[in-house]
Amino acid sequence: MANQNNTVNGKELYSEIAVTKETGMELGLTAAEYDMICEKIGRTPTYTEVGMYSVMWSEHCSYKNSILQLKTLPRSGANMLVEAGEENAGLVDIGDGYAVCFKIESHNHPSAIEPYQGAATGVGGILRDIFTMGARPIAALNSLRFGSLDTPRTRYLLSGVVKGIGDYGNSFGVPTVGGEVFFETCYTDNPLVNAMAVGIVRTDKTASATATGVGNPVMYLGSGTGRDGIHGASMASKEFEENAEDMRPTVQVGDPFAEKVLLEATLELIDAGVIVGIQDMGAAGICCSTSEMSAKDGAGMEVNLDLVPLREADMSAYEIMLSESQERMLAVVEKGKEDIAKAICDKWDVPIVQIGTVTDTGVINAYRNGELCVSLPAESLVLGGGAPVYEREWKEASYFADTSSVDTNALKTDVANDKAFWILLSSPTIASKRWVYEQYDSHVRTNTVQTSGSDAAVTRIKEIPGKALASATDCNSRYVYLNPYRGGLIAVAESARNVVCSGARPVAITNCLNFGNPYDPEVYWQFKEAIRGMGDACRKFDTPVTGGNVSFHNESQNHAIYPTPTIGMLGVIDDVTKVLTAGFKNEGDQVYVLGENKRELGGSEYVRRIHDKVVGQTPELNLDTEHALYQAILECADKQLLQSAHDCSEGGVAIAIAEKCVIGEQAIGANIRGIGTDAADFFGESQSRVVVSVSPDNASSFESVCAAHNVPCTNVGTVGGDTLIIENLLSASVEEVSKTYYETLPGIMAS
Amino acid sequence: MKYGVVVFPGSNCDHDALYSTAHHAGAESVALWHKETSLPEGLDAIILPGGFSYGDYLRSGAIASKSPLVKEVVKFAQNGGYVIGICNGFQVLTETGLLPGALGKNRDLKFVCKDVFLRVENAEAAFTNTMKKGDILSIGIAHGEGNYVASDDDIKSLEDNDQVVFRYCDQTGAVTDASNPNGSINNIAGIVNKQGNVLGMMPHPERACDALLGSADGLHIFRSLAQAVAAV
Repeated sequence: MANQNNTVNGKELYSEIAVTKETGMELGLTAAEYDMICEKIGRTPTYTEVGMYSVMWSEHCSYKNSILQLKTLPRSGANMLVEAGEENAGLVDIGDGYAVCFKIESHNHPSAIEPYQGAATGVGGILRDIFTMGARPIAALNSLRFGSLDTPRTRYLLSGVVKGIGDYGNSFGVPTVGGEVFFETCYTDNPLVNAMAVGIVRTDKTASATATGVGNPVMYLGSGTGRDGIHGASMASKEFEENAEDMRPTVQVGDPFAEKVLLEATLELIDAGVIVGIQDMGAAGICCSTSEMSAKDGAGMEVNLDLVPLREADMSAYEIMLSESQERMLAVVEKGKEDIAKAICDKWDVPIVQIGTVTDTGVINAYRNGELCVSLPAESLVLGGGAPVYEREWKEASYFADTSSVDTNALKTDVANDKAFWILLSSPTIASKRWVYEQYDSHVRTNTVQTSGSDAAVTRIKEIPGKALASATDCNSRYVYLNPYRGGLIAVAESARNVVCSGARPVAITNCLNFGNPYDPEVYWQFKEAIRGMGDACRKFDTPVTGGNVSFHNESQNHAIYPTPTIGMLGVIDDVTKVLTAGFKNEGDQVYVLGENKRELGGSEYVRRIHDKVVGQTPELNLDTEHALYQAILECADKQLLQSAHDCSEGGVAIAIAEKCVIGEQAIGANIRGIGTDAADFFGESQSRVVVSVSPDNASSFESVCAAHNVPCTNVGTVGGDTLIIENLLSASVEEVSKTYYETLPGIMAS
Repeated sequence: MKYGVVVFPGSNCDHDALYSTAHHAGAESVALWHKETSLPEGLDAIILPGGFSYGDYLRSGAIASKSPLVKEVVKFAQNGGYVIGICNGFQVLTETGLLPGALGKNRDLKFVCKDVFLRVENAEAAFTNTMKKGDILSIGIAHGEGNYVASDDDIKSLEDNDQVVFRYCDQTGAVTDASNPNGSINNIAGIVNKQGNVLGMMPHPERACDALLGSADGLHIFRSLAQAVAAV
């Protein structure tokens, strides 16, 4: 029984099963949303149609619960070639006829269910977002969050995710150059896997996700459509219950080789000038690409689903429309140029087939076995069109009064500060992530100037001699949890600071907003406040938001993750010979701390490790102070006054200095004095601080640049020897520091 | 000096090999499409680059070794033409039989990307004639299957004939187990065939041609080969 006797313009519509409100609700729509659909189309939707609405109106595709907040972010700027959200990724003009295309996206839920494939396809998805715009990916980064490594399950998740990212990116041929890994128990059941990609494109060779020109063929490129990943987008918009493993069939499976040839074919197609519009098929597959491309410029499409290459012949219209099989693209080709397109795809052995044509009706009609299964206005499905927009209720989180009233400086402990130093240095969040990044090919494409040696990854641009990009991902979610507004400010500031510490001028951000259930008013308060903080920081630093992704429902068993707005920051270096690195270099160089220690331990790694608490006030952040720091460092970098620069983050100034001893090519000691006497002095996490080393000859010029920018700078000692001495804290051989820093994570992972 | 760089659909170091030989080594360099059935005239050397030739879901390099163009590369090598197989290219060369042995999964079963040191073991080869025996090169590796294995007889023959060109070593040149990144027998990082015109190596010399990226030691290999070609 299938037919509901529904007609459109006299044509009968076929439905695989009879649809009721309950069908819609089973697929994740609310009762009100189901009613809205019936009202919009003036009839009962078919089963395929209701499935399409359920994915297109999921948070993942529609941003229905987030868009009102996202619109408060600065989303345009002098160098932005497309406005945030308009295309698959942001596009920033870097001069000389080239633009950088970059974006970050989450693949949290799939990675929690199946870490290897979840992470691999996360990488695949973000790479497609870049090359569908005509850009060749030149760098990949990631931001990963897991629970405590004490449990075998977390070690399994970390191993699987890292292998998934590595196997996909390594085979595809993009260098994975940077990222962060953070461990906190709130991520135990719901790890975060945020993948970022950066590409480069000539500004006259960009492609757009549009369908125009009546009669133009709609072509399907790439791998066949299978039953994997159906309802992935909706799955990402729900919380986990205990049976997460049962959801494995909703996870897509990746094939990096298929992606590699799809990349080459896509770039050649765009270069050949045969493409009118192109969009990758990720979340919600053919359903999403047909409707978004059509809705963009008011077109429609006639699509024959029988022509779609299938992995299983008996797939229904519903399954074909919603499949999230990987490594596929939908392209509108200029009529008459189909043969050129086919020749290019044949060269790369990439299947290409026409599945439909562009119309001017604004309607997507899709047929299966000769029956009309879908007839929907494209606009009704998409963000900015018919997709619902909600202002959610919010209220200050109930924990906030309690956590912020704790005086973290008054907490008592028996742990001596020198002991605390080693505990912090061996904290998996602080210790070297070499075990992770050595599994990634970071050098393919021969552009990688710095990876772990600098606070941001530095990638030279062969096309523009002398120029380089800096990129970093960052977010301290404990800060966001304890004060979402300040945490949002700091997430942007710290990623900008990282980029500045590599010698680059921050130019734009992409963000991945990982939060709990938006229907929980306390979660929504976190979301709203974090965005307010990010917006203020982005406006001050003139780093507009080019796009990104929202991942809600990061909860399991009614326990939300800490709010985690991951920032992906892009910076530009005009002279690649002036790149800054983090490690100490030469005997006799003077060590300075820029900025002021306000002795803030709230939300610090110290309080987390020593007191086992996440409490206190998030450190303050003054945007003017922070911005002045950037100006001072960039002027020093330009004048080549610095031997090294490294920002103070988790673990405070003592840990920053210890890292500087062992990050460089050769470990070297330092004799440090005058930092203070207690835990807040050594391990406090006050913002807007950077530790630099300066050769004695440049010391006075350096000091005058700092003075000109009103940035306090304190000489705290000298580089040299094979011992790290920090007055009132410790004296340890550099070898021991190095061993602890580099061997902690491999030791844990071998257990 | 004219290089041809083979491009398989899953090659991902082809652009790098083309760029480094042309831009840094000053040679002419052309891409060779894997479906071609003949080689262009005038090639002095062919590079089989790194990557995942046809996805390498089967044994790495196994399918590539049967591709139309590689058959021509084998003939080219058998006629004395110079061939360099880097990383996946080394795997392809062992699959064709131009070089003995095979590359198995790394000892710790993980992909590894890092800078390593290589000790030059034979400075008489066409690929090393500008170096001295015992020189130490810093060149990066990036592979999951670089663990060189061969029969005892093959190893003995490689060692006896000075066919081992590069060995993994530490910064001081000491060949140690700790400096062996993948478990290769005798720390073998690169070998030549008996005739000395075919080199296979896991480290990536094309990535080590610019001090800005950390090392220019890879250039010595391309310069040596240019000298060998010029000497003919």
